[in-house]
Amino acid sequence: MSLSFLLQGHPSKSAYLRAALPVLALGGLLAAVFYRQPMAMSYFGLNLLLNLAIPVAFATMAQVVILAVGDLDLSIGTFVSLTATIGATLLPTNPALAIVVLLALIGVYALAGALVEWRKLPSIVVTLGLSFVWLGCAVLLLPVPGGRAPAWMVDAMRFKVPLAPLPIWVALGAALMGHWLITRSSLGTRMRGLGGHAAALARAGQSLVLLRAQAYALAGFFGVVAGMLLVGQATSADANIASRYTLVSIAAAILGGCEFSGGRVSPAGAVAGALTMTLAASFLTFLNVPSDWQIGVQGAILVLVLGLRAAMDLLEGRK
Amino acid sequence: MVETPQEPLVHAKGLCKSFGSVQVLQKVELRIDRGLCMGLAGHNGAGKSTLMNILCGTLQPSAGSLHLDGRDMVQAGARWDVREARRVGIRRVFQELSLCDNLTLAENMHIASPLPGARWRQQAGALLMAQLDLIFPGHALKAHQLAGDLPIGKRQMVEIARAFVDADHPLRLMILDEPTSSLDQRSADQLLAHIRRFVDQGCSCILITHKLDEIFAVADRVVTMKDGRVVDDCLRTQTDRRRLVSAMGQKEDLVQSREKRPAVQSDARELVHIPATADSLALVVRSGEVIGLAGLAGHGQTALLVKLFRATQQSSSSSHKVGCQLSFVAGDRQTDGIFPLWSIARNMSQAALGGLQRHGLLDLAKERVLVDDWRVRLGLRTSDVNFPVLSLSGGNQQKVLFARALSADAGMVLMDDPMRGVDVGTKQDVYQLIQAEAAAGRSFVWYSTEFEELYHCDRVYVFNSGRIVGEIARAELTEEKVVHMSFEVSAA
Repeated sequence: MSLSFLLQGHPSKSAYLRAALPVLALGGLLAAVFYRQPMAMSYFGLNLLLNLAIPVAFATMAQVVILAVGDLDLSIGTFVSLTATIGATLLPTNPALAIVVLLALIGVYALAGALVEWRKLPSIVVTLGLSFVWLGCAVLLLPVPGGRAPAWMVDAMRFKVPLAPLPIWVALGAALMGHWLITRSSLGTRMRGLGGHAAALARAGQSLVLLRAQAYALAGFFGVVAGMLLVGQATSADANIASRYTLVSIAAAILGGCEFSGGRVSPAGAVAGALTMTLAASFLTFLNVPSDWQIGVQGAILVLVLGLRAAMDLLEGRK
Repeated sequence: MVETPQEPLVHAKGLCKSFGSVQVLQKVELRIDRGLCMGLAGHNGAGKSTLMNILCGTLQPSAGSLHLDGRDMVQAGARWDVREARRVGIRRVFQELSLCDNLTLAENMHIASPLPGARWRQQAGALLMAQLDLIFPGHALKAHQLAGDLPIGKRQMVEIARAFVDADHPLRLMILDEPTSSLDQRSADQLLAHIRRFVDQGCSCILITHKLDEIFAVADRVVTMKDGRVVDDCLRTQTDRRRLVSAMGQKEDLVQSREKRPAVQSDARELVHIPATADSLALVVRSGEVIGLAGLAGHGQTALLVKLFRATQQSSSSSHKVGCQLSFVAGDRQTDGIFPLWSIARNMSQAALGGLQRHGLLDLAKERVLVDDWRVRLGLRTSDVNFPVLSLSGGNQQKVLFARALSADAGMVLMDDPMRGVDVGTKQDVYQLIQAEAAAGRSFVWYSTEFEELYHCDRVYVFNSGRIVGEIARAELTEEKVVHMSFEVSAA
C-alpha cells in the first residue's frame, strides 16, 4: 500500500513516518504472529486471525467520522449490538420492517448530531445517554442470546474470495470507502473543516447543524454495516455482542493516526489500527496469555504507539 | 459631507445594536458608494466590528435599516444572515483568521465557496492560486499545502485571496478587517495596489486598519467611529492624520481623578526593570506604583503580563527579573479565573491557602476570618459566602477574583483588563481598593481597554505591535496622545 494513500496535502518526511506508524505496527505484529505460529501464514490461517476485524473496521470508521467533526462517540458499541440483534431477529422474519428500523436508527443518529450542534452539548454526554437507549432496545428485542441471521448473510461471510481471504478485501474496501468519503469527498472535507475550525464554516454561511447531522448519519450508516457484518459472522446475536467496540474503535482510530481534536483523521490508518487491535488479541491467545490480561496488553500497545508518535512530534518540534 | 448623485451600494440608516444594557451602536448613518474604498478608523470598542458584523450578516441590528441598492435588507420578515450577505456579494476578511489548519489550501477554498462536481478540488485550487497570483505575485504557495503548516503571514495572504475569489456570487463589497496585520511590507503594498484595482472596476471596499498610512494610501473616503457613532466622515483629500487622530480621541478629561494621590517617589524600590531595546522603551515598576498598559487590543499587553508572571516561576531562564511575588487577575473570568463548582469563600481563599494551614490541614476558622474581611472590604453583595460562586453577578464574581489576588502574599498584582463587562458600581469599589492598596505599598500592572481607567494609573505605557512606543505620566495623559501612539506607523 502506498503511503501517500494515507495522507492528504503535501506531506513532509515526518508526516510520512507518522502515517507509516499504524502500518508498521500492524506489520510488526503480523511478523510476530507468523514467527510464533507459522501455520497462520495461509489463506485459512489469515482468515481466522483477521475475521473478527471486519466489523471492528467499520465500527472504527464510524468513530473516525465522529472524531473528524471533533466529537467522540461512546455509543457505537451498543449501537452495533442493537443493529446485530435486529439482523438476527427482524431481518429474517420481516426484512422490510428491519430496513425501515435500521434507517430510522440512522435518523436518530443524525438527530443526535443536530442536537449536539444546536444546543452546544458535549457529544460524550449525548452519546453516553444514547448508549443506554441502544442497549435497552437491544435487550427488549433479544432478552437472551439467540436469534438467527439470514442464511444469505451467513453464506456471504463464508464466501471464499480469490487471492486473499475476505477480511483483507473487506479491510481494503473499508479503507478505500473511508478515504473517499472522509478524506476526499466534498462532504467529508466540510466535516473535517467543522472539526478543525467550526467558525470558518459558519462565516462562509454553512449550516453547522446540518453538517454535524450528516456526519452523525454517516457514522450511523457505518455502525449499521458493522452490525450486519457481525451478525453474518456470528450467525446469532446478543444484546451485548459488541459492547467492547466503543473503546476498541476509539483505540483503533487513535492508533491509526486520528487525533481527539482539530478534525485530523486518517481513515485508512484507522483500518490498520482496527486490524492491529484484533490481531493483538489473537497473538496473545497464541502466547497463552489469559484473556483477563489481553485488554491490558492491548492498552500497552496503544501506549507504545502513542509514545512513539509523541517522540516524533518532539523531534519535529511540533509541541 | 460627501455628495454623490448616484444611489449608494449600501446605506445604513439609524443602525442601533445593543447587547443587554450596553449600547454598542447608536444610530449609525453610513453610505458605501460604488467604486470607492472607504477607510474606517476608531479605537477599541468604537463599534467598528459590530457594524461590520451587521453588514456581513453575522449580527442583526436592534433597530434601523440597511439598504442595498435601495432595498431594505433587515426589515421585518427579511432574512439577513451570512448566506444572504454572500448571495448579494458582500464578503469579509476577518481579523482573526478563519482557515482550517487541518485542511489544504484548496479544501479551505472549497469550504468557503463550495464548488459542484467531482473535480472540485482541482478547480478550487486553481481558482485560489489564480487569485493569489493576481494579488500577491511571487507568493510561492501550493494548493495542496496544509494551512496549518504555513506561517501566519502566508495564511493571511490565503485568507485574503480566498475572499476575493468570485466563485459563486459576483463580489460587490469587500470588508477587510486589519488585513495587513501579519503581512510583510511587500505583501501589504501588493494588497493595497489590488484594492485600488478592485474599486476601479466599480466594486466597493471597506478597509479597517490601525495603520493610518494605509488609509491615506488607498481610501477615497475616511470614516471615523467612536463610542458606537460615526463622528467624522469626509473625503481623504479633506482630512489629514491630525484631524483623524483627534476625531478618534477627543474626550473630556476626567480631571477629578488625577490629583488624588501623591506621586510615587522615584527612589522607591524597583520591582521590575525591563531594559529598552532598539525599538522598544524600557519598562520600570516601582513598589507602590500603579502602571497602566494601553494601546489597541492584542498588541502585546497581555503577552507582557504573562511573561512577567512566568518570570517568577522560572527565575533562572527568563530575562525579566521580578523582585517580588506576583498574583494575576484574569480578564476572562469564565475561562481563566473562576472555579465554577466551588463556593464564593473557597474561590476567594484559594491563593492564600498556603498561609491558612494548621498541621497540614486547612484551618477553617482562619479561612472564615480572611473571607469575611474581604467580603466587607469589597462590599460583596451576598448573604452567605458558602453559596456557589455562580450565584453572584458578573461584577461580584470579578470582586472575588480581586479578593483572591489581594489576599495572596503578593507584592505586585497583574491585571489583564479585569473590568471587562463589569458594572459601574463595582468598578468604583475596585478603583478605591486599588488606590488604598497602592498607598500601602503594593504595585499594580494594569492592562485596560477602557481609556478612563488609565487615569487611575501613575504612569501609562503605550503598546504598538508588541513594543512599548510611549510612556505617559498621569498628569500629561490625554486620550489623543494614547491614540496617536497606538496608531503611529511602525518605524520599520
